[in-house]
Amino acid sequence: MIIQTIMFYVLAVVTVGAGVMVIASRNPVHSVLFLILAFFNSAGLFVMMGAEFLAMILIIVYVGAVAVLFLFVVMMLNINFAELRAGFLQYLPIGGVIGIILLAELVLVFASGAIDIEVPTTVASPTPPADEITNTQALGDVLYTHYAYLFQGAGFILLIAMVGAIVLTHRRRADVRRQRITDQVARDPKATVQVTDIEPGAEGTWKSD
Amino acid sequence: MEIGLTHYLTVAAVLFTLGVVGIFLNRKNVIIILMAIELMLLAVNINLVAFSTFLNDMVGQVFAMLVLTVAAAEAAIGLAILVVYFRNRGSIAVEDVNVMKG
Repeated sequence: MIIQTIMFYVLAVVTVGAGVMVIASRNPVHSVLFLILAFFNSAGLFVMMGAEFLAMILIIVYVGAVAVLFLFVVMMLNINFAELRAGFLQYLPIGGVIGIILLAELVLVFASGAIDIEVPTTVASPTPPADEITNTQALGDVLYTHYAYLFQGAGFILLIAMVGAIVLTHRRRADVRRQRITDQVARDPKATVQVTDIEPGAEGTWKSD
Repeated sequence: MEIGLTHYLTVAAVLFTLGVVGIFLNRKNVIIILMAIELMLLAVNINLVAFSTFLNDMVGQVFAMLVLTVAAAEAAIGLAILVVYFRNRGSIAVEDVNVMKG
């Protein structure tokens, strides 16, 4: 139990520290790397809570896809980041005050004991015991049966996002020759190929030395 | 000391607050704003999974997965818009985004 406590505090502290660095570091590349660190440590927290599948998904989706996407964009765009940093100190007081108020409110709610975590008797989909069935299978049992429509909807959202991203970033350039299959296939040989009957020894058609 | 629901909720609250503050502090840099939004969604996910665990209910993890999906889609679309905007304007300063202002 003591190991669990230490693990929790290590993971939580690193997550929060990485979160601070995400918003405070000067270089956006460092921000992305700290975001990856925050996601890794949150995945550790998920494992501690018994949600192993979500932890792995978090690493695959966020570290493998989203963070790399961020890195691509940060490095692809040639941006003067020092210019964008201006105003950081200007907004620090208001941002800090709002942050402290929000955090105080949230923590007061938890500390006041308003959240009662007595396990209700009727749960929609009770978690099966972890030694009988793995978390992945338990999640699949719920996701593919009761929430199949939501699952399909999530798939559609991803499809639309993919199509949208491609449509947005795809650009047609006028100065590039590209294949036009229909024009090429529909081309008439009679209009393009010319057969000429050349008499032997005729002047001007072909000269040899 | 037993690690309970409140501990996880507190971590999530701190992360969410960091996201909000990040949006305030980096008013000009859209990339950092998008990352701050990702932090807030991560905090929401931690909340969902924590309640799922401590209430012994699987549905919380299903919803956390849906939040992950939406977060990934949002990041992809946001960055695509960012790339197009940079191609057209040569800058990503949020304050320049006033073309549609009446």
